[in-house]
Amino acid sequence: MTTRIVELRKGILKKNDELAAGLRQRFSSAGVLVLNLVSSPGTGKTAFLERTLKTLREGGARVAALVGDLETDNDARRLAASGAPVRQINTHGICHLEAEMVGKHLEGWDLAGLDYLFIENVGNLVCPSSYDLGEKIRVALLSVTEGEDKPLKYPTLFNSADAAVITKIDLAEPCGFDRETALKNIREIRPGIRILETSAKTGAGMAEWLEYLTEQRAVRSA
Amino acid sequence: MHELSIVASIVDSVTESLAVYHGARVMEVRLRVGALAAVVEDSLQFCYGIATEGTALEGSKLVVKILPVVMHCEACGADGEIESLQSFRCPHCGEPVNELRQGRELEIESIEIEETEEAVEP
Repeated sequence: MTTRIVELRKGILKKNDELAAGLRQRFSSAGVLVLNLVSSPGTGKTAFLERTLKTLREGGARVAALVGDLETDNDARRLAASGAPVRQINTHGICHLEAEMVGKHLEGWDLAGLDYLFIENVGNLVCPSSYDLGEKIRVALLSVTEGEDKPLKYPTLFNSADAAVITKIDLAEPCGFDRETALKNIREIRPGIRILETSAKTGAGMAEWLEYLTEQRAVRSA
Repeated sequence: MHELSIVASIVDSVTESLAVYHGARVMEVRLRVGALAAVVEDSLQFCYGIATEGTALEGSKLVVKILPVVMHCEACGADGEIESLQSFRCPHCGEPVNELRQGRELEIESIEIEETEEAVEP
């Protein structure tokens, strides 16, 4: 019997990272801007995305969405009402999306025929932060009903985000939402991050959000 | 709670690496986990016992080394550990920082194995 130490230096999520890198390459050569939307359950990702898809389509953009949930295709049906191609990913208990699930659900879609692809992650502010989906932009969403200190409680996710979206700002006043503190907390975790304040209900802030999307598409195709 | 998925990946990865050490038993698996990796050690340990059952890793010890978040400050040029996960600022000059040099690692550093007489060297 001999004992020995074997150096491995292997990334635990190497398989996911490799698949994500492959997807990123595919997205980039197809010229589609891919966004990964992450938040707690109940932040309003689906309502925000419904309005985004509808408005982008009205402006002539070609959009599609993948939506992750543990069970049900309720969200996919809601989003499909916009007329955009939408596919539901049911994870059956898994708390996050993985690159392999995204890859599988893209089968048969012509990515080159799309301007934007949105991936709505499973509602969870912890686990999705470890899994790269090949997205260009990771968006962390936070609603005014959740508390201004959420970014401080979930720094792993907010620190990995490229943009932060505050949702339900039409409820800011009744909720006593302290806007300054929320903005300060987001910036404390992710200095310099772009923050958008929106309401899917009233449409407030949606114009700035669409402007941001257009900018980002221009950056990536430049 | 994605620790079970993470542990399952560890078992797969170690099992794959063991292929060249026929009949070897794993005594210890050592991980390097960044403080920003969104992984909780207690949950890893809890899942480890379950996920290793019936594998070459059964009964082995999981050792988790947590790595602090190390930033690089563009304003003053310093490298250093951030003082808290609630504030991404340079510990020297206090400026906000975005460039991280360490803190998101999630890797298997090494394994300790016990080889039997008939073990074949790779």
